[in-house]
Amino acid sequence: MITIKDLPDHNLFTAGHTACPGCGVAMSIRNAIRVLGKDTAVYVPASCAVVFGTTFPYGAWKVPFFHTAFENTGACLTGMQAAFEKKGKQVISAGFAGDGGTYDIGLQSMSGAAERNDNVLYICLDNEAYMNTGIQRSGGTPFGAWTTTTPVGTKIQGNRRFKKNLADIVIAHEIPYYATLSIGHPLDFIRKVEKAKNIKGFRFLHMFTPCIPGWKMDPAKTVEVTKRAVESGMWTLYEVENGEKKITYKPGKMKSVKDYLMMQGRFRHMSEEDIRKLQMWVCRKWNLHYKEKGAPQICEIAPPEEHHAVTEEHREMHGP
Amino acid sequence: MSVKKVITGDHAVATGAKLCRVEVVPAYPITPQTLIIEHIADFVNDGELDAKFLTMESEHSVMSAAAAASAAGARVFTATSSQGLAFMHEMLYATAPLRLPVVMANASRTLGGPPGIWCEYNDSMGARDSGWLQLYVEDNQEALDMVIQCFRIAEDKRVRLPVMPCLDGFVLTHTVEPVEVPGQEEVDSFLPAYAPDITLDPARPSMIGTFMPAEYIMELRRQTATAMESAKKVIMEINDEFARKFGRNYGGLIDTYQMEDAQIALITMGTVTSTSREAVDELRKEGKKVGLVKLRFFRPFPSEDLRKILSGMDAVGVFDRSISYQGGGQAYNEVRSALFGMTIPIINHLAGLGGRDVTMEQIMKMFEITQRAANGEKVNPVNWHNTRGETV
Repeated sequence: MITIKDLPDHNLFTAGHTACPGCGVAMSIRNAIRVLGKDTAVYVPASCAVVFGTTFPYGAWKVPFFHTAFENTGACLTGMQAAFEKKGKQVISAGFAGDGGTYDIGLQSMSGAAERNDNVLYICLDNEAYMNTGIQRSGGTPFGAWTTTTPVGTKIQGNRRFKKNLADIVIAHEIPYYATLSIGHPLDFIRKVEKAKNIKGFRFLHMFTPCIPGWKMDPAKTVEVTKRAVESGMWTLYEVENGEKKITYKPGKMKSVKDYLMMQGRFRHMSEEDIRKLQMWVCRKWNLHYKEKGAPQICEIAPPEEHHAVTEEHREMHGP
Repeated sequence: MSVKKVITGDHAVATGAKLCRVEVVPAYPITPQTLIIEHIADFVNDGELDAKFLTMESEHSVMSAAAAASAAGARVFTATSSQGLAFMHEMLYATAPLRLPVVMANASRTLGGPPGIWCEYNDSMGARDSGWLQLYVEDNQEALDMVIQCFRIAEDKRVRLPVMPCLDGFVLTHTVEPVEVPGQEEVDSFLPAYAPDITLDPARPSMIGTFMPAEYIMELRRQTATAMESAKKVIMEINDEFARKFGRNYGGLIDTYQMEDAQIALITMGTVTSTSREAVDELRKEGKKVGLVKLRFFRPFPSEDLRKILSGMDAVGVFDRSISYQGGGQAYNEVRSALFGMTIPIINHLAGLGGRDVTMEQIMKMFEITQRAANGEKVNPVNWHNTRGETV
């Protein structure tokens, strides 16, 4: 099994790209492509990754790169792979799509490739909103989150729907491999990429990728935020191989979702009532993933305290 | 060796694609194109064609997969029609400037609403500014032959643009005609294997479809426009080479009939051309100096050829099977632009929209109205033939 020490030195997504400092997408791409290696061809739909990685005449990719539109990652991977197979070339066709490009506009195309079990690697970089267009709500946006299309108004505050359960939709296609990843858990991350690399058929890697401006967070805290997401149950690390689900990392004691929320300006407006609602959702998810058969339901979160202290310094840095 | 077969237009197109040894065929059903992909599926499953046949989940995905497979170095063919062409519209604009020589047959069909399935050109006319070459065939033989020529044109280094041969829905797609099917060796010697310089090859990585700022995009547009212009010469060369090799000469960008001494000309597209030839014969019997120009390629538009052949005409009639909602059909508007500065009366004849039959009688009427314009009579510039309500 691959370890951090085995990671090749080569950077196939090179320095000099123009992503924000602390960008979860750039970190995920760079590490994923290191594991996948040079015999990979990538498709990237409309997203920040096209802009920060490929603005002509510069390019950060050292593997073949293709882009055409937004909603067609699955189909483009299918087409590329068909050509490679017809030509007898051993190439991994890998797509890096955002949550908008996967949960929403690209769902049909992804579903088509998954249903046909085409031999491609689909990677969803989930930063929970349309970040490239300037932070609009997607099907992947969590409950309560501020975005420019779910503003914090006097009447309605933030996103009123819970994050879409994409995992079950993908897994329902009975694909050989689905896994969730976080760059806060690098060993787990590279092992899953390595595993997906060597499996035939449709593989789906679901990466949790903080967005500094979209989440209104400290660029130094990308790793910490992903860790906090996992410790609270907002993100869960597991894999489903041929229908068999396995938790790959189980946090110790469940941490309050509020600790996670308060690291990010997008949640800081949330009322105690909304935090409680989100906490209940997280608890359900936690029990679904971690509860042993017959064990009691877990939600050992103390009732919400007074509103988390937000310093003036924080306000200046991250907005309200 | 070539063999004669009695086949539908769709079967002819599929046979043409097979003879071109297409490597990847992403497909999605839509009437009246479906027979094309069904025949190709048969070829693949019977081992007659070694290609990757991809059953996609929409036309948008068809053109996405086609673009990606072409970028990865494969010869790609597909077919669509009407709503399907509209659904993949975005991807037409991706394939052309990225210089991906996909060939896609379009079975011409009315683009709803209201929904209908019969022949009209309002589907493909919407794609005329996408950078795709576009041509309209008259019979099943031309449909087969043009698929072969289309790959040569598309893959020519001076062009490197996708090509869309259009065949009239049902009139050709579902109608059998005798077709001379060329032998595989003959086609192989006419059409070499596709060998692009730049592909998605890990051994020589390249980035295709990068984000392009204003500092560069105009040059790319200009290159695409130049390639479209270069296609005029390439189409003619390949037409002549095909004629020498296979014995069938289609004339290139346009074809003409009885134009040598003609004073009145009618410009037609697609299957209406065949009926119009008979109309010309009838009128010639009456001593009328009429001729016919078959507009084969709509992109690139043969402006120079038309100026040359139509110079000195008393009047020109233009048949259109679709309307641009601003005073006439698309061919009419293009012809007017092409003949700008000439003083010839140009009369538009709209007929056959939604698949309505275009009869001999209607074509005679087109000639009659055009003749009246030539005589100096005041006639409507745009005429709706065989239409309820106020009509000609």
